Amino acid sequence: MTLPAISVTGLTKRFGDKTVVNRVTLSVERGEIAGFLGPNGSGKTTTIRMICGLLEPDGGEGRVLGHDIRSERRAINRKVGYMTQRFSFYEDLTIEENLRFVAGLYGMVPVGRIVRDTLADLGLTARRGQLAGDLSGGWKQRLALAACIMHRPDLLLLDEPTAGVDPKARREFWDEIHRLAADGMTVLVSTHYMDEAERCHRINYISFGHLVAQGTVEEVVRDAGLTTLVLTGTNTPQAARRLAGAPGVEQIAPFGNALHVVGRDAAALRASVERVARETGTRAAPADTSLEDVFIKLMNDGTAA
Amino acid sequence: MSGRFLSLARLWALLTKETIQMRRDRLTFGMMLGIPLLQLMLFGFAINTDPKELPAALVAPTQDRFTRAMVSALELTGYYRFVAPDATAAEAEAMITRGDVAFVVTVPSDFGRRVARGEAPTILIEADATDPSVASGAVSTLGTVAAEALLRESGGEAAAEDEAARRLSVIVHRRYNPEGITQYNIVPGLLGVILQLTMVMMTAMALTRETERGTMENLLSMPATPLEIMLGKVVPYLAVGAVQVVVVLVAARTLFSIPFVGSLPLLLVGVLVFVLALVILGYLISTVARTQMQAMQLTFFFFLPSLMLSGFMFPFRGMPGWAQTLGEIFPLTHFLRLIRAVMLKGADAATVAGPMAALGLFVLLLSGAALLRFRRTLD
Repeated sequence: MTLPAISVTGLTKRFGDKTVVNRVTLSVERGEIAGFLGPNGSGKTTTIRMICGLLEPDGGEGRVLGHDIRSERRAINRKVGYMTQRFSFYEDLTIEENLRFVAGLYGMVPVGRIVRDTLADLGLTARRGQLAGDLSGGWKQRLALAACIMHRPDLLLLDEPTAGVDPKARREFWDEIHRLAADGMTVLVSTHYMDEAERCHRINYISFGHLVAQGTVEEVVRDAGLTTLVLTGTNTPQAARRLAGAPGVEQIAPFGNALHVVGRDAAALRASVERVARETGTRAAPADTSLEDVFIKLMNDGTAA
Repeated sequence: MSGRFLSLARLWALLTKETIQMRRDRLTFGMMLGIPLLQLMLFGFAINTDPKELPAALVAPTQDRFTRAMVSALELTGYYRFVAPDATAAEAEAMITRGDVAFVVTVPSDFGRRVARGEAPTILIEADATDPSVASGAVSTLGTVAAEALLRESGGEAAAEDEAARRLSVIVHRRYNPEGITQYNIVPGLLGVILQLTMVMMTAMALTRETERGTMENLLSMPATPLEIMLGKVVPYLAVGAVQVVVVLVAARTLFSIPFVGSLPLLLVGVLVFVLALVILGYLISTVARTQMQAMQLTFFFFLPSLMLSGFMFPFRGMPGWAQTLGEIFPLTHFLRLIRAVMLKGADAATVAGPMAALGLFVLLLSGAALLRFRRTLD
């Protein structure tokens, strides 16, 4: 039995006359880490909330862990862990009190031992009496994650979990996510960060409520059909000015002394870049298209649409 | 054990959390206990609906013995205090306009002459009736006081008694509060008012706070039922209400010496039902309000008319029919009837069945509405 963990079709949500999520179809296999990407306000949070039953969809249907998202919300509630974008545990409760509260709500017994174990796993035993509101961003995030997985959910929904967290804490966070997935937990994680997207098994890109790309990172990059050339040399700023608006050139992005030039029309792009390279005395070389280049293109397409 | 709608383990988790939060918010916690005492002291001692010793001016060109008898009789009623015993008509006019005096008593210069001749003498008492309740007590005692004082002065005791005996005798018993002490009326009412303000407001803020701080999203994504969430919010405030009740009742007894002639258990049952209605009303407000500010505004929107129309501040029977009907929709109205009947009149359960049933009805209707209004989702 390998039903997908999440399988929603035509999911639609409107707030007033604004359609925030428009016919999104999404499928996430069990044990998969699915990345959920898109610019701010693209409908990621709304989609996640519909998946875990916090919002009633205006259209479409779906099943989460085999349960209908409309009629079996309570069953989904118990099997899903949802980590909200903003820290939403109680800041006026201590770490331990927060965990005890969560353990109590999920009816876990014995509460004392489970909370003690969780505190030990977190390395927070010594600070268990500290108010959650006094924790730093990184620790809040760890506490929130620990509280969300305490009841061993089958599906973990993470809404921009690493916003405002330092790189080391982010690395540790992702290691933990991979450990959980290896144990069979399905994870859907929304993010803005490219390096995090690349750590997902599959990614889904949503723009203005529409799902516009999905697949593995390689598939998404390939499907975008972009060509990338890199210009190096001392005169790259001038090259950048000359390339702006040239035929075939869609994106110009400086990376240190190098200039990444991206476009869909490979022939036109090559012609423009080689001309500018000659004029400015820089060297042009083909390069792999990065996921970021693809996202910028998807975002621009979204705005144009 | 986890039931479909109510699991004790989940309820316990919610109650523990709520209690800790309440205890940790020291200012609010202090307010919940301090405000009742403060209000009780302030209003209990300050409000007097039967004001006495009101300043008065006397305009009497000829100050003979009849005039003096009049004046001392007026002072003896306790309502008048002559701050300007020798004013001219113009001065007195200015004083009453400024509000320095509440009364101007004018004794005409031929007053003594007319009394001596046995003619019908007149005196004029002008009262500042901008606030009708100020003037009413003082004016109502006037007629008999003045007549008797004059008779006594001119004809002696015997004549006065003859005169009194000939008249129709009306016997008035001021029952339950023979001395007309305002506090007997105000202090039991204050219990209702204090409970109403703190209970409704605190509960209204409690759930709204979750929405405002974003913890609601998390709470809803965990397996707690609407009933459990409601009970988790409401029960701790019931406990606070219980403390307030004890504080006010003890203070009523020790500080204000309010008589308690009825049954305490009966009163406590009434208080419980009333408080239950209030906290559920607060909870209902918090399902509507999005921010704590809105919750506060809604609370006051409810609080003011209920204060005015319940019969706490002004006599319920004095209002026109439609206002009395409107007054019936406030739990406070029924609670006031109940507590005044039980505390001061010693009413039994059967006598207060009406207000008790009304309060019970509020609980049922409000909790039904609250559970319907509660959003299981963030929509």
